[in-house]
Amino acid sequence: MKKNSNPRIRNSHRQVPDEWFTWRERDQSTAERLSRPSLSYWEDAWKRLVKNKLAMSGLFFLIGLVTMAIIGPILSPYDVHTNDLPNQYQPPSAEHWFGTDSHGRDVFTRTWYGARISLFVGLMAALIDVSIGIIYGGLSGYKGGRTDNIMMRIIEILYGLPYLLVVILLLVVLEPSLTTIIIALTVTGWVGMARIVRGQVLQIKNYEFVLASKSFGTKTPRIIRKNLLPNTMGPIIVQMTLTVPSAIFAEAFLSFIGLGIQSPYASWGVMASDSLGAILSGNWWTLFFPAFFISFTMFAFNVLGDGLQDALDPKLRK
Amino acid sequence: MLRYILKRLLIMVITLWIIVTLTFVLMVSIPGSPFNSDQTSNETVQENLERHYNLDKPYHIQYLLYLKSIATLEFGPSIKQPNQTVNDLLGRSFPISFELGMVTIIVAVISGILLGIIAALRHNGIVDYLAMGVAVLGISIPNFILATLLIQQLAVNAEWFPVATWSSPAHMVLPVLALATGPMAIIARLTRSTMLEVLTQDYIKMARAKGLNPWKIIFKHALRNALMPVVTIMGTLLAGILTGTFVIEQIFAIPGMGKYFVESINHRDYPVIMGTTVFYSSFLIIMLFLVDIAYGILDPRIKVNKKEGE
Repeated sequence: MKKNSNPRIRNSHRQVPDEWFTWRERDQSTAERLSRPSLSYWEDAWKRLVKNKLAMSGLFFLIGLVTMAIIGPILSPYDVHTNDLPNQYQPPSAEHWFGTDSHGRDVFTRTWYGARISLFVGLMAALIDVSIGIIYGGLSGYKGGRTDNIMMRIIEILYGLPYLLVVILLLVVLEPSLTTIIIALTVTGWVGMARIVRGQVLQIKNYEFVLASKSFGTKTPRIIRKNLLPNTMGPIIVQMTLTVPSAIFAEAFLSFIGLGIQSPYASWGVMASDSLGAILSGNWWTLFFPAFFISFTMFAFNVLGDGLQDALDPKLRK
Repeated sequence: MLRYILKRLLIMVITLWIIVTLTFVLMVSIPGSPFNSDQTSNETVQENLERHYNLDKPYHIQYLLYLKSIATLEFGPSIKQPNQTVNDLLGRSFPISFELGMVTIIVAVISGILLGIIAALRHNGIVDYLAMGVAVLGISIPNFILATLLIQQLAVNAEWFPVATWSSPAHMVLPVLALATGPMAIIARLTRSTMLEVLTQDYIKMARAKGLNPWKIIFKHALRNALMPVVTIMGTLLAGILTGTFVIEQIFAIPGMGKYFVESINHRDYPVIMGTTVFYSSFLIIMLFLVDIAYGILDPRIKVNKKEGE
């Protein structure tokens, strides 16, 4: 719009008489006080996360799941591996809350036992990915120049390797066990994390507060620890919440094609794979419970990750 | 541009070489000879077999022979299925898997983009929440679980579709649905968020102010820019669909590569495992390379030429 050319409007403020205005009492002691408490980055993020109902329900589901994974198998009178063939394919009842499977094993017990394995695989894979990713990405981003160039070429090559195929290859040769699955999942899994950390570090290391820190003579490890890492935590946490479900999915997938945890050990993938034939004969519960918990765990991590992404984004801070 | 392509090509060749070498090292490190099974307990027979497959030669010669056989696309014989080579298996099963994969991608891309656009246009409306709810569910439910649910509900209970195998278009519906839901959900979410961003930009306002047809604005002006991130993740989605075919083909008894691959894993048929892995990986790595090049050509903002100056 053009500047107001109507003289009556342009000069209207002159017609407001001065006596309409009075001086207000001014208290010097409160003038500088902030009207609301200052929130740290984490307090603010937490407040915003709490407001996100979907993300919070995901969080509560996961807390409940972890609790049941710990106490569930203890609560139940049945053993995870013991077969009870006369009692095979019992529908859910007061004795077997989730029914029994083809070997007469209690599905309730096996589900929580499977939760232990799935959550353990997911969390360990995420932790290892984060540790390697932070060191590799941090070094690459902070050093910059030639080092960064070489390290990034390596990442580019590793990134091109098909993740699950490498995992399958390794598992075909290694003895299948929990440790080998976690190793196989993390061999190339850390690459994504390293890329994210590097991107963040590259950006932050040029900010003035890092320069100020440097000009005070702070040593490099301390700069990385105190200035760079805390400011990269947001994206790292978000990436972690997305790594856990993908590791859980990978474990279920591998168990399903016969490369993961082996039966009789219970993991959700093994349970789903074992009960494939069962649902065609109407024993839906043997598939339903592991399938439900795999899907809901992935769902919970996904919505929590989405919520954290919004909550931890400083640009969205109000 | 040529320089960029050459650089990507070099990286692709190195990645392929790593995969091939890794497979070789793993194959050699498997304890015992592949012929240590019950049928060939005779020592002379075993020695003859090993000589026939060059297993008596030193490792470096074996490695060179292996590289040569891969370069000439000869993946060797199957151990567990006599008179069958890996090439026979691939030649028979690859077209089926390829068909399944292609139909899945087309379905996933089209439905994902449409869902994303609708959600973005009805931002924060009921349709948006519904579409995104479906998308989060689609990401959360593993495809092998979705597949069994579909079989139970739509094939066994409702009898709308055949339970398994691969012969008519009706047979394709359930496997494609099970395989396409995940990628579709990812594409829908991505399209929605980039569409939302693009729709607030000045040139869209300008187009609206000019009084252009709203559909033309969406499909010609907004979507074109909103689709760039979708192109970026095509490589990852391809990898996901490809590994997805392993279980889907197994569940639906589709005689594709994935089914043979999983069977060879269960039978520990090493040459088939290694051959198919190399084939799969090469296929994927080449696809990733093509996606990268396509991205470089499609997005005018990426100055691939800039890399020349570095």
